[in-house]
Order: sequence, then C-alpha cells, then structure tokens
Amino acid sequence: MSLDPVTLAVIQAGLQQVCDEMDLSFSRAAFSPVIAEADDRSDGIYDAVDGSLIAQGARGLPVFVGTMQFSTRHIIERIAAGVTLPPEPGDIYIVNDPYLGGTHLMDVRFAMPFSRAGRIFCWLSNTGHWPDTGGAVPGGFSASAISAEQEGLRLPPVKLFRRGVMNDEIWQIICSNIRVSEQRIGDVKAQAAALLVGAERLGAILDRYGDDTVRGAIAEMRDLAARQMRAAITLIPEATFRATAIVDSDGVVNEPLTIALAVTRSGDTLHFDFTGTSAPCAGPMNSVRATTLSSVYLAMRHIFPDVPMSAGAFAPLSVSGIAGTFLDAAYPRPVSGCAAEVSQRIAEAVFAALVQALPDRVTAAPAGTSGNFGLGGHDPERGRDYVMYQISGGGYGGNADHDGLSNGCSTIGISKAPPVEIMEQTYPVLYRRYALHEGSGGAGRQRGGFGLDYEIELLRGTARASFVMDHGRVGPQGAMGGGDGGVNRVEVIRAGVVTVPEHLSKAQDIVLNPGDRVRVRTPGGGGYGDPRQRDPEAVAEDVRLGRYTAEDARRLFARGED
Amino acid sequence: MTKTGAGLMAGLMAGIDVGGTFTDLVIYDAATGAVRLAKVPTTLPNQAFGVLDALAAAGADLAAIDLIVHGTTTTTNAVLERRLAKTGLITTEGFRDVLELGRRTRPHPYGMTGRFTPVIPRDLRLEVAERMDAQGRVITPLDEAGLKAAVLHLRDQGCEALVIHFLHAYANPAHELRAGAIAATLWPNAHVTTGHALLSESREYERGVTAALNAAVQPVLERYIARLADELADRGYGRELLVMNGNGGMVGARSVSREAVKTVMSGPASGVMAAVYTGRRAGQENLITYDMGGTSTDVALIRAGRAPVSNEIEVEYAMPIHVPMVDVRTVGAGGGSVARIDAGGMLRVGPESAGSDPGPICYGRGGTRPTISDANLLLGRLGSARFAGAGAAVRAAFAEQIGAPLGLGAEPAAAAVLTLANTHMAGAIRMVSISLGADPRDFALFAFGGAGPLHAADLARELAIPRVLVPARPGITNALGCVVADLRHDFVRTLNRPLDLADIDAVHATLAAQEAEGRRLIAAERISVSDIRAEFSVDMQFLGQTHLLRVALPDRRPSRASLQAAFERAYHDRFHVDLATIRAGLVNLNCSVIGRRPDIDLRALIDPAGRRATVAEAQTGARPVWFGRWHDTPVYWRDHLPMDAALVGPAVIEQMDTTTLVGPGDRVVTDADGNLIISIGTLT
Repeated sequence: MSLDPVTLAVIQAGLQQVCDEMDLSFSRAAFSPVIAEADDRSDGIYDAVDGSLIAQGARGLPVFVGTMQFSTRHIIERIAAGVTLPPEPGDIYIVNDPYLGGTHLMDVRFAMPFSRAGRIFCWLSNTGHWPDTGGAVPGGFSASAISAEQEGLRLPPVKLFRRGVMNDEIWQIICSNIRVSEQRIGDVKAQAAALLVGAERLGAILDRYGDDTVRGAIAEMRDLAARQMRAAITLIPEATFRATAIVDSDGVVNEPLTIALAVTRSGDTLHFDFTGTSAPCAGPMNSVRATTLSSVYLAMRHIFPDVPMSAGAFAPLSVSGIAGTFLDAAYPRPVSGCAAEVSQRIAEAVFAALVQALPDRVTAAPAGTSGNFGLGGHDPERGRDYVMYQISGGGYGGNADHDGLSNGCSTIGISKAPPVEIMEQTYPVLYRRYALHEGSGGAGRQRGGFGLDYEIELLRGTARASFVMDHGRVGPQGAMGGGDGGVNRVEVIRAGVVTVPEHLSKAQDIVLNPGDRVRVRTPGGGGYGDPRQRDPEAVAEDVRLGRYTAEDARRLFARGED
Repeated sequence: MTKTGAGLMAGLMAGIDVGGTFTDLVIYDAATGAVRLAKVPTTLPNQAFGVLDALAAAGADLAAIDLIVHGTTTTTNAVLERRLAKTGLITTEGFRDVLELGRRTRPHPYGMTGRFTPVIPRDLRLEVAERMDAQGRVITPLDEAGLKAAVLHLRDQGCEALVIHFLHAYANPAHELRAGAIAATLWPNAHVTTGHALLSESREYERGVTAALNAAVQPVLERYIARLADELADRGYGRELLVMNGNGGMVGARSVSREAVKTVMSGPASGVMAAVYTGRRAGQENLITYDMGGTSTDVALIRAGRAPVSNEIEVEYAMPIHVPMVDVRTVGAGGGSVARIDAGGMLRVGPESAGSDPGPICYGRGGTRPTISDANLLLGRLGSARFAGAGAAVRAAFAEQIGAPLGLGAEPAAAAVLTLANTHMAGAIRMVSISLGADPRDFALFAFGGAGPLHAADLARELAIPRVLVPARPGITNALGCVVADLRHDFVRTLNRPLDLADIDAVHATLAAQEAEGRRLIAAERISVSDIRAEFSVDMQFLGQTHLLRVALPDRRPSRASLQAAFERAYHDRFHVDLATIRAGLVNLNCSVIGRRPDIDLRALIDPAGRRATVAEAQTGARPVWFGRWHDTPVYWRDHLPMDAALVGPAVIEQMDTTTLVGPGDRVVTDADGNLIISIGTLT
C-alpha cells in the first residue's frame, strides 16, 4: 500500500521536527558546555526491530550520524538474548561501551523504548558528550592509554531509569567513578527530559495520523532515502577511486598510521574498501566499527547534504576491509581518539577519493582535527582544581567555486570555539595571541583557508597539558593539483626553552609552571586546482593582507615564466 | 518627570516605514482620530526620496505635522549588502584577527564550503600594546604613543569610522576610555566607537563585531538622517524627527547615530510594536506575529503584551549584534519559495526562492518554476485579476513539474505544495516558541505582510492555535508601529557572580542607576510621554551552565531569597527540572526604561464612512476556491464590512494590500478597530 505523497512529506517533516526539538531541549537544559555550547550531542528515532535510523536531528553533531542505530541494535539484541533486562514503560537505558556500537567512552547514550498499545513502536535515543567519565586523565583524552580501562568507566546497557524513576544505586556508582560529578545530575536530567519531549511530540503525530499510517510512512521514507542516495551515486563515474590519509601516530608508538581507501561505484551502489589500512595500534587512535561506518556516512552527507538522514540512505553504501585494521578495534584496545580524530581522517580519505570523481562538488581536505588541548591543575588564587579544554578550528579546503573558509570547525563537529575572555575568566591562563595561522592555506587556484595560531601562558600554580590533535606530520591534502595545507604545530615554551613534542600532535602530562607557554598553530586547508592558475590579483591581495609573505606567495603560486 | 505635551496630543503624527519594496506612511490626527495612508515605491539608494514621495502622496502639509517617526532599513541594507563605511580597528596586541576568525562553525552543518568576510579587512585592523586580565587588572599598560600612531595611520588610510576594542574592557574600561579620549583629539569626526560602551559583556568576538558594525554604519546612517532632516526642513517641517530602534523604542535623530547599530532591526521591530499595541486594544496579549512576504517569513512571540527582546541577534551567518533588539526570527519560506520533486521522488518546498526577479510564474517576469504564490493563484486563494493571463502557465507548471511525478492533477499538486509549506512553517514556529519556552497553543496568530493573512488560518490549524487576528491594514503594519511605539532605553550590566556571594546592595544600586539614566535620557528628548515605567530583570543560570534564563523582577530591590525562588520557578517552568543541589549564578542585571506615548485610536484605519450596513452588501462576488475540493466561495471587500460583522467560512476577504483566506467552518468577526478575528473551526 503506497501512502499519498502529501501525507508522506508531512509525516517526514513531523518526525524531523520531533528530533530537532529533542536536540534543542537537550542543549538548552544541559550543564556541560560541551553539550550546551558546542552541541556535542544528537537525538534520533530508531526502529523497534533492528534499531535502524528513522530520523535524526538536523543540528546533531555530525559524527553521530548513524552511530546510535548500532548501539540501539545492540540493546535490542541483548534484551532478546536475556543479557539485558527487558523494557518496561518509563525505562531509560544508559550505555557508553564503545564496542557495543559506540564512539569513545565520553559519548554517553540514553535509549528509551517508545510504546503504543503495549508494544514497542520505536526507540528514542540520544548521545551527549560528558566532560568526564573517569580514567587516567581528566576528560578522557589520554594520549598514551594502552587499554580501555585507562580511558574511563565503561557502562553496558543498564536501566538508569526504571518506570520513570532514576535508579540511585547505579547513579552513585557512576558518580564515584567520574570527575566533577556534582554537576552531572543536571546533564542527566536534561538528557532524559529531551527523550520525554520527543515521546510527547511523537505521540501527538501518531494520534493524528494513526500508527499504521506513520509506520507505512517510515517504510516509504526509508525507500525514498535509498532512492535519493542511489540517484546521487549515479553522478559518480563507474570506476574505482583511491586515496590514503595519514594519522600522525597513535600517541604511544611514533609511527604513522595509514588509511587506504578504494571507492568503487558499480551501478547504483558505492563500495568503500579499506584493505591495506594499518593494523590496530597500541595507543588510543583506534576506531570502533560503528564510528568507522559513521565516518563514511558523514563524509557522504557532507558531499550530498540533501539526502535525508535515514537508514535507507546508508543501504546503497557498503564497507569492507576494516576487519583486522585500526578502524575496527576490539576490546580492550583504547579508542579515545576515534570520534574526534580518526573519524576525520576517514572522512578525508573519502573526500580525497571522491574529489577525483566529483571535482565540482567535493573540496580539498579540510584541517580535519578538533585540536583538543587539555590543561589540568590547581589554581591557588581560587583554591580549587580545574580542567580546561580548548577546541579549535582550522582551514577548510579550497573548492571549485571559492577559497576555503579560515578557522572552520572540525569536519565531525558544528561547535563554536570558546571565547578567550570566558577561558581567562574561568582558568588561570592568559592568551598572548589568537591570530590567523599565516601561510597555512594550501596553495591552489582556490587556496585553502587558514588555521588558527594561539599561545597560552599559565599564570598561577602548576598544571599538566595534554593534547590530541593531528596533521602534524603531513598537512591536509590538496586536490586537483593544489598544494597541501600547513601542518599542525605545537610548541611548548618552558623557562624560555622551546620544545616540540615527540609525537608532534599528541602528548600527555607536560608539566607547566607559571610563565610557561604553549603555542598551537592549527592546520590550513588543502588547495584546490593548479596554484599557477590563481588570479594574480587574489595572490597580491593575500600578500597585501599579510596572509602570505611575498616570498611564500612567489614560491607557492609562481607562474612558469616568472 | 513626565511632560504633558498637550500640543502634541492635539497634533498630527506621521509614521513612515521604509521596506525593501515599499515605503509606507500613516498620518494620525490626534484631534479627530482621522487617518491618512500612503504606499509608494521605496527609492534606492537614497530612501529619503521615497519618504518625501509618501508624504506628498498623502497630501501632507509638513508645516502642520507635529511629529515624524521613521523606521528605516538604511543600516539593515548597509550590513546585509556590505555597503559599509571604511572603518579601522585598534585592538589588543595579539588579537587583531579575532574579527576574522570568529567563533567559527560553518554556514551549514553539512557541506564543507562557505565564505565569510570580516566587517573590517585585515590591513585596517591594528594592534597596540595593552592588556587587562579577566578581573580587570592591568597586565600591560596602554602604549599611548603606539595608539596615536595607529589612529593617525587609519585616518591617513581614509577610514571614516574607528573602533577601539580591547580584551576584558567590560571588566575595566580604563584603557578603552583613555584610548577613546586620545583618538577623539585626532579623529576628524565623532565616529569613534569603544567596544564596552555599547555592550559591557564578555565574549570578545560578539562585542567586537557589535562595535565594528556600529562604527561601520554610523556614517551611513548619519548622512541619511541629516539629508532627510534637511529635506523635511526645506519643506517646512520644524519639529522633532524620531527614528525607530531595533528594541522597539525610538530615539531622537540627533542621537541615533551614536548607537547606529541598534537601528539594524528597525523595520521588524516596528511591526512587532504595532502587533503589541493592536493586540492590547483587542484584548489579545499573547501573540505570535506572522509576517510573510515574498522571500521570507518573520516570527516573534509576544507574551503578556510585551515585545520579546534578545541581546543575541545574529543578522546573518557569524554576524552577531549583541545589543537588546526585538527578537524577530526569520523562519524561511515566503511566497516565492520554489516547489520541486527531488531525486528520490519526494515533494520539496524551498529553501530555494524565486525571489522577486524573476519571481513566481504568476508575476509574468519569466519565472518558470512553481512557487507558493503560484499555488495560491491556481487554487483560487489569490484573485486572478492582478495576474491576468498567468493561469495557464501556472496550471501547466504544477501539472508537469509536480503533479505528473506524484500522479496527481494540477490542483491537488498545488494543494500538496501549500500543505507541505505550512507544515514547514508550523514546525519552524514551533521551534521558535519552544526555544523561548512557550507553547504556541497559548497564543493568537497575528498575521500581516503581503501573504500572512492568506496562510494564517491554515497555519493556525496546523499549530492548534485557536485564533487568528488580522489587523485592519496588514500591509502598513510597520508604519503603524512607528506611530504607536514607545520611547525606550535598555541597559545590561554583567555581574557574573554566584548568587550567594553577590553583593545585593550593589545589585540594588546598579538597577537604580540604570533606571535613573533611562529616565534622564527620556526626559532629554523633546517628546511627550504619558507615563514612564522601568522594567527589571536578571539573567541567571545554575553554576556550571552556559545558557542563561531571564527572570523578570517585580521591582528593583529584590532580595537574595526572592531571586533564588524566582529563578528556580522559572527554570522549572521552562525545563520541568528541579536542581535543588546546585547553586545559582547571577549573570546580568537588566533594566528597560519605557516612556509610554499617548494612546492613539485605531478605529479610523478603515474609513467608517465606507462601511456598509450588512455583510451581504460587502460581498463583491464569488469564485471557486480549493479546500480539498472546489468550494464556491464568497469574496468580500474588507473596507466595506460592517463594524460588527460575523460570517462563517469559506470566505475570501480582499483589500488593497492583502487577501485573507477563511477556511470552511472558520468563523470571523470584526472588532471596533477593524481587526478580523478568525476562530479556527476545529479548535474552538
């Protein structure tokens, strides 16, 4: 039975709005700035039987595209197997196990069965990035962890809420294992309340159109999304496109990790083969299967933003070759870098392969790092401990139409960087510089955007600095003859002596004293097209504005005869 | 201190709003209640000609007019089209790129493309040595010699306006004040903006952009206002010229350019003020304004007769203006939004728009893709007289581009487009109301703009809003807002302390000082007000949160306990969450001082002499209109409806500037001010 197209479109818009309202409600009520300001969260509706994605909020963090369908599926399977308690009305499960369809431990998922007439109609689920879930370092980004236990508390799916009431015993266990736990109750309530908002709105839609009609619409939406993705795929020539992307190191062993990708279009399907990718690594730069698949999906969504987010859109996409590589790590491999960094290298490989196929649609590589910088210590003036985070943008890749954006946010994020004034109000630091990373834009007919250049000085007490960044070894790759963007550079200035960390972009527990500084220069975007074809006036303008030195500009954009 | 201003009460007041397409005028005679209206094309680039044309079209004798209140898009256009004055920036060493780096995201969540151009180019952004810490303690003294050199350099580069923006100036403005004083001695004009003066809040990007935009529109606005004032004076006008501010209040022309950026939302703000005023008289104090034009739809939420004010307006991608302005949100689709079938075979409406050129097919200017306006025409909702000859092309477009792929005829295809467009708009309105903590069902829909009244009843049905109010003159609502708006000054002071550590005496002193300053500013204007009142609020949060919740205060002397209780109550109302164990923080202290202008009577907006005795006599004809099927639908001329008319839909009510559509079963009454009140059939 085919649904009339108008009702279908209206129900699709309605389900989308349910998810958008959950996203909004979660962010506005949350405490953690990672959720409230950086929107590091996502909300969606998932299938009752297999957990597949029905709809997801438009402003959810991109890296969560598709991941919750894997965690929901694990919950459903564990309930069927009798491992996890069966749902009752008002229950909400909590889970953050990376190996059960997750990302890193800090991404905590809630899942709530939504029932109609006593039967589960679908699942509502959301993910929020908690500022801490225990482990060796505050915030969970341990650059040198070698097992999951060092990264934090791992929760299998358990009922945090039973029949609408929070299970205080589980909550006490959680609070005893995480840092700054006293504010987390606000986040938990916000996260649960968002699901309740979703349930109320979804119920209204079902009441209005009828359960069977909505069920039919969901099935049809899935088919339509698949058709749209297939139509998009047919824009790609039938051929294989290869690319690689390099992760600087795993944080423990100072060797590059390689992502090898061959993308093949055949008919209306697209296949992503990662054969040749590096083996699982000792340090935390492993990815788990759910995150790897999600990274492919999010890259495709950046290329085809009009295809709706639904499991149907993923159906024509297949992935192979990840078993036995660092993109499909198993317990107890550490994984804290998967969501923030490895995901972006996977997306970079997809961009680099498909820009060959769709040169007008895909950009050169963006900076592709979250620039995670953590500082923890004691502030003697306020008499308290603190944990500070700085995330940063970088340059975007040039594209067929225009130069890359400067200081754009990470590929997998949609987050605003924190203001310097707020950071200085909150932590004992002083920023000496917050500037354009001059010279970092990759040369090209359309050049890459510029990264960020900042320098932080510790004012009081001692502190330990850690960072998990990437692109220190090679810059974001250019496309169609364009040059690579400038590399990520970290310098630690202690008692006037400048050092560069051994792993370039990753380090942990660097001791700082008052007056010591850390300078970070984030990557520029890759250039697009032959730099010699760049409009000479545009080159001159960049020099006039001090974005490149005259000498750099001559070297990077020189025409043959000059 | 309140002035009586009896002379003004008896005089003539003109409200003039310059919109993108038309310049609208309302002249109100306080002595007789008579109203004169005019609508003339907007003249670009100099809007002043349109203003004079409108006055001429209304036959106004400028010497006899006592007050002109003006809403202008001069600064709006300057910002959106980047026709800004050449402006220089002097900022803290190490931070000249803040205005270019922003707190960047990207323009769209998906798609790694997009552009951004800073308000001030890099070569005109200079640095000087100086630094405060977050507590306002001096870390590096101001380098005065360096500052002078920078000022002179920017002057010699031909900058017309100057911004001085230092880190943490909100905590201690000493360096900005000193730098401003030095710059004033060297700068050739008065266009020097210091960052803290407009906005004394932390967040260097938002404060910096606000200051930079202020400086960059100052010369533009000042030139425009000076020229207009001269032209008006030449034609005999000898009284005060007031300008609408984005906060819904007005300020004298002499002082408006000092805080020019506040006029950026001038037009939308006056529309909301008209809605507040009209609603108050009609007994509808909770309104969602719904202003649908050709390219976009604007929405605002009015609660308890108060215009919503936000300090966090973003006029376009990454372009925040953080001064108090009426919170009007653009929610997408206008009449020109294009319908299409996507690659998966799904019907889509917008976000692409045919704009005004070529515009919808029915405009006959070469448009070939079906739009919302075309659907309204095909379904008989819009009269065809204005679009003679377009019918066949419109029908063919819906049949071929929409109907055929969906297996539908032309009319059902057009109806599907409207249904989907209304679903999107309803969703967007719901999101706006939820983000402000309100349920749309508790409001009436106030429909204006060219296309608002055409969609309002359907939209209200979709949102379960029981009642629609269509004002007498939907097409001149903004001009009316200029006539009814109040004088208003807003103050924000950042405290950012845990509530239990806040100095409550200092809180009282700050609020008292804000009120005193507001009263002083209103007294300094040569405008009569019937009453001056001050409204107080605080922005609070639980410690550790970043979002703020505004809590209204009954007076300016709240106790610590009453602040705590009011915040907890507001938080529970908004989020249904109690957090008794977490301390509250007191972030901002706010005060708005409002000088209420004498009431004006709206009854003459529709000429009483033109009204007919019965509804039947107001009917001009009938035509088939599609409501799921064709209904033979009576058409009425709005100006002819009697004062206490009552009718049941389906009906089309036409007037010079808009068409109101009434669905089958909806009931309409008219009130004393000429408003149409539509009760939605299934909901009341």
